[in-house]
Amino acid sequence: MANLRNVSSSPHFRNKTDTKSLMLDVILAMIPATAFSVYHFGISALLIIVLTVLSCVASEYIWEKLMHKPITVMDLSAVVTGMILALNMPPEIPVWIPMLGGVFAIIVVKQLYGGIGQNFMNPALAARCFLLISFAGLMNNFSSAKIGFDALTGATPLAMARTGDITSYSLFQLFLGNIPGTLGEVSSFALIIGGIYLIVCKVISPRIPLTYLATYAVFAFIFGQHRGTYIVYEILSGGILFGAFFMATDYVTSPITVKGQYVYGILLGLLTGIFRCFGASPEGVSYAIILSNLFVPLIEKYTMPKAFGKEGK
Amino acid sequence: MSLSTFKGGTHPYEGKELSEDKAIRELSFDGDYVFPMSQGIGAPAKPVVNVGDHVLAGQKIAEAGGFVSANVISSVSGTVKIIQPRMTTGGVAVNSVVVTSDGLFETIEGIGTERDWTCLDKETIVGIIKDAGIVGIGGAGFPTHVKLMPKNPDAIEFFIANGSECEPMLTSDYRLMLEEGEKIVEGLKICMSMFPQAKGIIGIENNKPKAIEHMKELCAHEPNIEVKELLTKYPEGGERQLINACTGRFINSSMLPADAGCIVDNVATLAAIYDAVALSTPLMQKVITVSGDAVKETANVKVRLGSSYKRILDEVGGLKEGIEDAGKYLCGGPMMGQALFDLDVPVTKPSSAICAFIHDEVSENPTTACIRCGRCVDVCPEFLVPALMQKAAAKHDLEKFEELNGMECMECGSCSYICPARRPLTQSFKEMRKLVAAQRKIKAEERKLREQQAAAAAAAAKEAEEKKEDNK
Repeated sequence: MANLRNVSSSPHFRNKTDTKSLMLDVILAMIPATAFSVYHFGISALLIIVLTVLSCVASEYIWEKLMHKPITVMDLSAVVTGMILALNMPPEIPVWIPMLGGVFAIIVVKQLYGGIGQNFMNPALAARCFLLISFAGLMNNFSSAKIGFDALTGATPLAMARTGDITSYSLFQLFLGNIPGTLGEVSSFALIIGGIYLIVCKVISPRIPLTYLATYAVFAFIFGQHRGTYIVYEILSGGILFGAFFMATDYVTSPITVKGQYVYGILLGLLTGIFRCFGASPEGVSYAIILSNLFVPLIEKYTMPKAFGKEGK
Repeated sequence: MSLSTFKGGTHPYEGKELSEDKAIRELSFDGDYVFPMSQGIGAPAKPVVNVGDHVLAGQKIAEAGGFVSANVISSVSGTVKIIQPRMTTGGVAVNSVVVTSDGLFETIEGIGTERDWTCLDKETIVGIIKDAGIVGIGGAGFPTHVKLMPKNPDAIEFFIANGSECEPMLTSDYRLMLEEGEKIVEGLKICMSMFPQAKGIIGIENNKPKAIEHMKELCAHEPNIEVKELLTKYPEGGERQLINACTGRFINSSMLPADAGCIVDNVATLAAIYDAVALSTPLMQKVITVSGDAVKETANVKVRLGSSYKRILDEVGGLKEGIEDAGKYLCGGPMMGQALFDLDVPVTKPSSAICAFIHDEVSENPTTACIRCGRCVDVCPEFLVPALMQKAAAKHDLEKFEELNGMECMECGSCSYICPARRPLTQSFKEMRKLVAAQRKIKAEERKLREQQAAAAAAAAKEAEEKKEDNK
């Protein structure tokens, strides 16, 4: 049987884009935010990011090895999880905390549910929330000697806005990222560059981020201050841009239907608005996203597209 | 001018440049010609010749085996060698008439005789097309005479000539439009003469500017025919997508184009109609493309039906030097063509190409887990959700598959092409669609049986009642 030929069902061509190249694009899109965080917070930020990524990749590798499953670390999805998790950490965090988060993200949230594509919550965000609950003090410490804020009153712009003060930081400062916050969320500029890269390279569609931001803007306008500057301030501070471009668009945990993506974006905007305006803590992006993750199957069920030629039937 | 198109779809590597400048040349050779009794949709034909009979080119060797079925015509002169199941491109053996060519290509009397079709009535034209064994030679293989007999001919508003040739690598329709465009226009006019209300549209993708220009020139004095420039996108030439792009109308899987006032025929089919009606020549030859990165010489060749693919590839020049065997051979193009494990299979009416590739992209890209990226949803021209359909397919959940409109899938392959996890989406849908169709058939038969039993029981009860009455 020397002349066995390759046969398979059509089609016989495959697009060049594969899971790995998509993940690589997401990593590239996070480079500006990563670079800015190292510039802004110092080399310790790089250490946090590298060790968190390593923790995620190692967790995935060891788990799959122990469970005798195919090793999937080469698809780079664990790297993406590690980066998102690390960029969600406050700058002064002891490095073992995000590393523990990485183990939780990969093993509890991702692998226990069947690995890539099967988790119902964004692993990085679920881990962040796990850490927020477990280490509330350390996770909410945004003081940083390096950038010259008073170590005792290092309040984030969002926390200031909560008290009605939106003048301590200028919008330009917020845009560039010269503010306290988590590693990756501070520079709106870097995040927008990454977001545009993802949209231009067609890695993500603008449907979820734009619906999310627009809904939140409307919500903040109605329930917050009725001023344009306030809306811009709210959008540029906290994790909403990072969340909208990099976390809400996570393929696995967002709706696959087009209409569903709009619904999902609206839900995210509403929940973020509720948490930020009426919640106990100033930030609400992470909770809004993981809560919305849980609604995805329901959203999909009611937003199935009408098949071609079956419109109106 | 905005280009007409449909929503969804994808744009794979076109590969047209490999063979688009190769003029059509005729290719005939001696040896055996194999004519499968089933060459497209419908019931298999029934052989009307016996082993040992001498046949001529153009002679009917098998008769349509039902309403939706087509005659089979010998493309060569020679002797019937055997009638037996032979391997076909689909990978199944089909009962076939094998004719050993005498190398003379003698034709039956009257072939090539010009006929003035303008004085023929509709029934005669359809009769000629039926006798000529013409089916949709663009790929589907649906008997053309059946298509030309819709329930309500006056409701046909558009007669669409499909010149989109959206399948990558294929250039046979392109060459035909350039070299035999007159035949296509005449064929279209013959068809339109049967539908007084119909307007003619020739749809061509805009990656074929020369063909568009040429067809426009030919139609310059045909006020009732419009050449429509379509956006180059796969599957622009899918029947439902083409109707949508040309007229804005939608049909689903349970509708016929005629329900939307349309009839669609491939340009090659229209040329065959012209040959049959105006030149008294039945369907004996077909232009096919020889292409792919593994072939030495690409070509567009007019071959006789029943020719072996292997022989065609050899005659054209075979594989590039240094390549012992191609990574994959295809009958047809890369999006909807069939992989061949045996090249010694015959060219049939819907055949369009033989492609040979150095690499097999399918086996070189192993399947990984679905990441729900939604690309399949974006490209699906039928607006389905392939990712969820495959979940149903993996569980063999026929009900769920139907609920997700799986039966609307046209198996175009766009989802499998775009999938970053290289999942065999289309493949699983093909299987599920067959299962659902089979189950529907079983259910219909069960219903029929139940109705018969109920009717029988009712009749028996009535009889018993009557007997009782009588006894009283």
